[in-house]
Parts: sequence; structure tokens; C-alpha cells
Amino acid sequence: MATIATEVATSTAAPPEERRHGRRAANSDPAVMRAGKGTALLFVGPYLVLFGTFVLAPIVYGLWISLHEWDFLLPGKPFVGLQNYIDLFTPGSPTSEPFWSSMRATGIFTVLSVPLLMVLPLALAVALNTKFRGRNAVRAIFFAPYVLGVAVIGLLWRYLLDPNVGVVNYYLDQLGFDRIPFTTATPWVWLALVVPTIWWTAGYNMVIFLAGLQDISPELYEAAELDGANAWQRFRNVTLPGLRPVTIFVLTITILASANLFGQSYLITQGQPGNETRSAIMQIGEEGLRRFNMGSASAMSTVMTLALLLISLLSLSLLRERTPTEKKR
Amino acid sequence: MSATTTTTAPTSTRPPVADPPRSGSRVPWRAIFLALLALLFLAPLLWMVSTSLKSTSEVSQAELSFLPQNPTTEGYSTILGAPQTPVAQWFLNSMVAATAQTLLVLVVATMAAYALARLSFPGKKILTGLVLATLFVPPISLLIPNYVIVANFGWLDSLAAVIVPGAAGAFGVFFMRQFFTSLPLELEEAAVLDGASRFKLFLTIIVPLSRPAMATLALLTFLTNWNDFLWPLYVLFSPDRLTIQPGLSTLQSAYTTDYATILAGGAIASIPVLILFLISQRFVIEGIARGGLKG
Repeated sequence: MATIATEVATSTAAPPEERRHGRRAANSDPAVMRAGKGTALLFVGPYLVLFGTFVLAPIVYGLWISLHEWDFLLPGKPFVGLQNYIDLFTPGSPTSEPFWSSMRATGIFTVLSVPLLMVLPLALAVALNTKFRGRNAVRAIFFAPYVLGVAVIGLLWRYLLDPNVGVVNYYLDQLGFDRIPFTTATPWVWLALVVPTIWWTAGYNMVIFLAGLQDISPELYEAAELDGANAWQRFRNVTLPGLRPVTIFVLTITILASANLFGQSYLITQGQPGNETRSAIMQIGEEGLRRFNMGSASAMSTVMTLALLLISLLSLSLLRERTPTEKKR
Repeated sequence: MSATTTTTAPTSTRPPVADPPRSGSRVPWRAIFLALLALLFLAPLLWMVSTSLKSTSEVSQAELSFLPQNPTTEGYSTILGAPQTPVAQWFLNSMVAATAQTLLVLVVATMAAYALARLSFPGKKILTGLVLATLFVPPISLLIPNYVIVANFGWLDSLAAVIVPGAAGAFGVFFMRQFFTSLPLELEEAAVLDGASRFKLFLTIIVPLSRPAMATLALLTFLTNWNDFLWPLYVLFSPDRLTIQPGLSTLQSAYTTDYATILAGGAIASIPVLILFLISQRFVIEGIARGGLKG
């Protein structure tokens, strides 16, 4: 994912001189790059050990675990073939209902949060893409919540949205409205997940949009203005097309991040009401690492991973579709 | 500004696009709107600080005011003195873990990235492709198997579990490799002609040139580790072994609605990252603009 953003950023930002060197280094391996095998091994070796142990091995191992009835605490881990997967797709099995209801909760959250996490950050970025006093301070304020951990976000919003002593309900009360059970009743629980998430991560998307905006050539705006385009037309015909690759990138990482919903529902709504807001990650964590049914939890992970990979591939093909060939590696 | 800084911070050196001239009013609507919105974004943080300085009884009373009526550090002393929720210990654990992982990533990822960008060796293309491809692998697919692997190493409930596996991610290598390929080869050519060893060349020429990129990577790694929640929540369990984020999540059950105490804990956990962000926000923001945080 990240490759795309940087590709987009560097291809336009780096001076041509440096780009030429970069290309040369990547393709033709000149004499200066020759080094003994021992030297190369010295440099990549330590990372390779980590990478092999904690990234490559687990990818394969996870698939292997999913083919077993793998109770972490029991010595016997019988091979069951695809049974864990079959169970997931068999209505009425002990694992299928909880898993799909958690996937549904994750889906609802994604559908509710992603549009807002696209529109608001883009608006902020456009508003900030100009010189004025205090610009950096404002940018920093919008970004600041992102540096806080989800546990802090969770505790803080649990307080703000508390039905009895919370700040939001206090002001609702003062304005003559009824108190709202944000953290325990539908549909309010969705608000209790979406609003803190927007507050937490909008600044992150804004920063990426802002970088994208600065790569749009000012001449395009001047030309549009000479043609008599008004602000909206300039936005519609210059800004949006210029941001296309960045927008697809932000859309993709936002969908993936929303699909990874965990901390907010773990802390703010605690899955309530019932298991209505229990997210897929939460379900996998509870199934595999609390109840130690690792076989079925791994099968759930695989299904979810495939869904997320599909989203990544879709967006990659979207990006390839109309990107000029010279920008490709 | 030197050429080196330009390559690490392309966005900073380019002036923002000139404001298209607006017709009509002199009222700075944009500034007013942005200022109000910024205040709205700041409000939850301000409430966290003010609530943490209230007394337990003030938080639960019917009349609520933003400023504490009788400012007190009661919440802080409660949380710092409670043996069942050792916030100071969690804080220390997080400091150790985040610092150790940052150092590990700086050494290991930078060296690997240099080899992938600058040395020719058999299998380099495949390895590069493999490492970059794992940027697309959703982290959830690693959760269960890595738990088993870490358990086999005997690392459950120890800081090693929150230091080492997280350093294996491809982000650091990707990030540094991107930087190295933008450096002109001539710098190394001269040193190679002089007969300097590759490792010496790396330490004396490449590392000093890479300081801005390495600083950005260090910040992003520290922040990510400090804020990590899901993984430490499951691999650490003894109250005195927790890092700060999973530790905070236990405050809710320990203090239920004593939000002055709970948010004192939240404020303590936020202080290091907010300070770090304030002094380095340019690096953090530009690092994200260029590559995105991992995950």
C-alpha cells in the first residue's frame, strides 16, 4: 500500500537528477554495488531472521493451525482438514453465527465511518492548503489525536459519552434533550464508535491529502482561472482529478483500518448491546486467545484476510487503470 | 537547505499552493471556521486534563463545569499509589519496550534496507519483492500463529514479546530503502575507490546522511509501539508486566466511573507521545505524508 503513496509523492517531488540515480541504482547494479556475499549477508541477515520468524513463518503456520482442532492448552491437536472452514459456512454451527455477526458489525462500522473519513479530511486539507498565520499549529491540532493510543481514546470517550456523568449528556440535558445511552443501545452505539474514530484518525488522512494537494501544479489552477472557472469548478476539474491516486490510496488504507476495528468496541461499547458491536478482530482474539480455540480462530483470520486482500487488489487495479505508464516502476 | 534534507522532506521545501484570490468579503471566514474546528478537536483533550484535576466527588455531581472547582491532584496520587493498577510500572515497561524496539528497528531495518538498495547479491530481487509484498498482509493473519511462536520461545508475559516480533515488519525496510535509492551513488563510488570497507562506508557516509530519515523512522516506530493495544493485551497478563495501553484498559473495571482517577491514568499515558509530537511534529507529519504509518 505504502509503496503507492511514496511512488506518487517521489515521482513528482524528487528533482529529475536524483530520480535518474535512483533508477540506475535499482536496475543495472553498477560496480560500486558489488560486494562479497558475506558482506551482503551481514547486512540483511539480522533482519532476515526476524522477518522469517515473525512474518513469513506465521503466514504459513496460521494456515496450518486452521486445519487442526488446535486447543492451545491441550497436548493433542488433531488434524481436521477443512472442517473449521466448513463450520464457518454452516449456519447453526457454534462458530458461524458469532463470526458472521462480528463481520457484520465490522462492515456496518466501515460503511458508516469511511465516507466521513474521506470527506472531512479532504475538506480540512483543502482549507489548509494555503498560506496563513497559524497554519502549522492548526494542522498539528487536527493531527494530534492520532498520536494517542486507542486505550486513551477509549477511556476518554467512554467518559465523554457516559450516560450518567458524561459531558455530552450533561449538555444535552442542559439544552432540554433526553439523555442518550450512547454506549449501550442501538443505534447510538454506532455513533459512540464512529465519532471517536473520526476525531482520532481524520488528521492522518488530512496529512496525506495535503501532501497530494501540494503535488498539483499551480499552473493548472492559473489556467483554470484564466478560463473563468470558479472555486467549485477548480475543485471539481483540477483538484479532484489531480488527487485521484492519493484518494484511492487513502480510501484503501481507511477501509483496511476500519475493518481492523478493535480497541474502540473493546473499550467504548464493550461489544454491547449483546454482541451487536463486537468486531471481527475482537471475535478472533476472544475465540483464539481467550478460549484458546486456535484452529477455528485461525480459520476466521484466513477468511477475513482473504476479504481484506480482495479490497487491496481491487484498489490496486483501480489505481493502475488510468495511471499514466511513466509513473509505474 | 542541503540536498540531503530535500530528499527526506520534499513537502516542506515546496511552498504551499498560492491561495486562489477570492472575490467578495474581507471577513476571514476560512480562518474563523478553522479556528472553531480546531477548538472542537482540542476539546476532548482539554476535558481529559481538566477532569483528571477534579476530585472524585466533583466528577459525579449533577452540576458540571469545564474548569475544576477545586483543582486537586487526588486522581494522580490515587492512580500512582494503587498496587493493583501500577501505572508507573506500566509507564516504565512501555518506555523500555518502545525504546528497545526502536533501536532494534533502526539497526536491523536500516542495514537490510541498505543491502536491498545498494548491494548486488543473489536472490535480491526475490527478497525485495517478498518483503514489500508483506506490506499487504493484514496483521490479523499473524495474530494467532505469532502467539504460539512467542509462547514456544517462552516469551509470554515478558517484554520480549512486545519488543521483538513487532520489529520484523516490512515498514522500516521499505521506508529506509526508499530513502537510500534517492541518494546519489557518487558518494559511495569515491569511498569504494579509496578501498574503504563496506561496513565502514555505511557507518561513516550513509548513516550520517540518513539521520533525518532515521529520526522519522524512530519516531514512527516509538509511537506505534507505545500505542499498540491488541497484541500486548493478549501476550502480557501479570498486572506488573503490562505496558501502558493494555494497563489503561484495566482501569475501567478497577475504578468503574471514578473518571478523575481513570483520566489521570489517560493523561499520564498521553504525556510522552504528546511531548514527542510537539517537538517533532514536522518529522511525524512528513513521515506519514510520505509512507503512512505501518499497519
